[in-house]
Amino acid sequence: MAALADIIAQARRVDGHRPVPRAVVTPGAWRAVAGELAAGHATLLGLWGDTGAVHMAVMGEAGRDINVVSIECPGGNFPSVGALHPPAIRLERTIQSLYGLEPIGAADTRPWLDLGFWDVQHPLSAHPQQPGEQSAYAFLPVQGEGLHRIPVGPVHAGIIEPGHFRFTANGETVVRLEQRLGYVHKGIESLMAGATIEKAAQLAGRTSGDSTVAYALAFAHAVEAALNIAVPPRAQYLRALMAELERLANHFGDIGAICNDASFTLMHAHCGILRERILRAADACFGHRLMMDRIVPGGVARDIATDGGMRVQGALSEIRWRLPRLIELYDNTASLQDRTVKTGVVSAELVRQFGAGGYVGRASGRAFDARKAHAYAPYDRLEFEVPILTAGDVNARVWVRIREVEQSLALVDQILARLPDGAIVVPVTAPAGMSEGLGLAEGFRGDVLAWLRLDGLRVVRCHLRDPSWFQWPLLEAAIENNIVADFPLCNKSFNCSYSGHDL
Amino acid sequence: MRRTLFEGLTRSPLTEPPPSADDTALAELAAKVDGAARRRLGRSLSIREVDAGSCNGCELEIHALNNAFYDLERFGLRFVASPRHADVLMVTGPVTKNMREALRRTYNATPDPKWVVAVGDCAFDGGIFAESYAVVGGVSSVVPVDLHIRGCPPRPLDLLKGLLALLEWQSGGGPGRGATNKPFQFLS
Repeated sequence: MAALADIIAQARRVDGHRPVPRAVVTPGAWRAVAGELAAGHATLLGLWGDTGAVHMAVMGEAGRDINVVSIECPGGNFPSVGALHPPAIRLERTIQSLYGLEPIGAADTRPWLDLGFWDVQHPLSAHPQQPGEQSAYAFLPVQGEGLHRIPVGPVHAGIIEPGHFRFTANGETVVRLEQRLGYVHKGIESLMAGATIEKAAQLAGRTSGDSTVAYALAFAHAVEAALNIAVPPRAQYLRALMAELERLANHFGDIGAICNDASFTLMHAHCGILRERILRAADACFGHRLMMDRIVPGGVARDIATDGGMRVQGALSEIRWRLPRLIELYDNTASLQDRTVKTGVVSAELVRQFGAGGYVGRASGRAFDARKAHAYAPYDRLEFEVPILTAGDVNARVWVRIREVEQSLALVDQILARLPDGAIVVPVTAPAGMSEGLGLAEGFRGDVLAWLRLDGLRVVRCHLRDPSWFQWPLLEAAIENNIVADFPLCNKSFNCSYSGHDL
Repeated sequence: MRRTLFEGLTRSPLTEPPPSADDTALAELAAKVDGAARRRLGRSLSIREVDAGSCNGCELEIHALNNAFYDLERFGLRFVASPRHADVLMVTGPVTKNMREALRRTYNATPDPKWVVAVGDCAFDGGIFAESYAVVGGVSSVVPVDLHIRGCPPRPLDLLKGLLALLEWQSGGGPGRGATNKPFQFLS
């Protein structure tokens, strides 16, 4: 960590970036930071474009110290991080496609998110242009006897988001999966630019609908950091209540859906009931089943209904009664275990290299959880454990979810018992001029990062980084040497976001 | 597993609504959808869902239609894996430019007669994403829409009501597939 700290200490520090420092570095220092990432001395938290600049958020070995380093790109290019550190590759391809800034030395220069359907090239650059002739997208070559390709998507068979998967198989065995994403790219960063904070918060809450609470929270954290706003304690607890309800609902949805993809519909039906109970409790508490737009910069938009705590406890007591039975059912069904155990294994090394968060990381031994590592209120005052497993297979990703459900149940109890009285929101005011903020929030899928620059109360630039950026590539690794029929199972055990990734 | 299955046989169903005095809306709705669906399609209406750029919020609530509370299949409505098996396309999202062609092809792959239901505020007119370079803005600008179900996202109950509205409209002689008249709008 010393090396990284030294590099940053020598760089030009930017004023008004909170709560972590941001420094503008030289191309040489930028390369050195990339080298630290490649050496495993730091984790890449995010890499995103700006007008004429590129920013990178890195986290030290302990998983705590976060720094943002920036490089100015007067020549329209910057030294490639991906050339040294593969987790940066797709992020750099995105920067090239959206901002037109070229990563020098990058091995893979194919566009990302830009599928050739836009009326504009490099839409977020200082000077967007008409798109030129685009050659057909070159999928990675595969060589060998008896191989066949299976193209899947963008429209998939289930009620799920669109994306393209290109399988190369030898008989039943997958030898390569290549993903092509971007189908749900909505241009969220361009809509953010110039938006009011209220509008931007709504956009953040619609970046990935299943994580609307986590996104709204990460965005609020970034705004509050930039503007030095202290959120009232009651709002902090209500935010955590929403976040845990969201986690519970999604984990039940996932546990059921994974079993469903192994054709074990009984679990799916029972988990679906528990998920619905939570959504109804959330609706009773906050007036929206997914709790959209309930977290706002400054606090929360709506206090919990008077009988809200009781409704949540009602749902929780049903879950507590049913959960042990469902766990037993999952654990004792040999035909189901046969599908999930040793299927879709991700190595601890890959998870560490990519800094994969959530159940994908925790099922392969990576302990990071933003609620612990960056203990934002009220988690600094709540007791909970971060469950870690090491098998890295579908089964481990199911078990991490089960253990997290148990932790969330205990957290909700603590939150309801300790919910302080008082205000639920403070006004958001800003001094004239620019301010910058970075926010993290732990969603059910992993850590969501929000970075923004404000001019007064207007958003100049806002970047949201979904946990899926560092999980999608690992799915390509997980499916190798598994059979094609196990892909839905592996895919569901990851449950990466398309919309959050495509932006 | 035996215990869980046995309990499932003996326990009263969760499916809404057990006829309770305070929540009769869904009971009426259930009877209506059932009757209309049978009249029109002899107990079968197959739905293909297409995400044309949604945030995934609408998908979550569409999924909920399959859970034990809403149990869509009791009405003869079910989700199918291919547009070639579908009578109805249920489309979400503001239609991103990257999904426009895929949506068109899915529509063309769906045999006649067919109906399109646009779900959510984004699918209506692009919603909060309407101004983006990456968004077409509303399903009806790409394929003809027979019904809009508004909401962000619409609740499962609103989705059920919307499907009922479609069935009633069709039973009343409303044209299917490529309808030239204005789409019916269902506001929850």
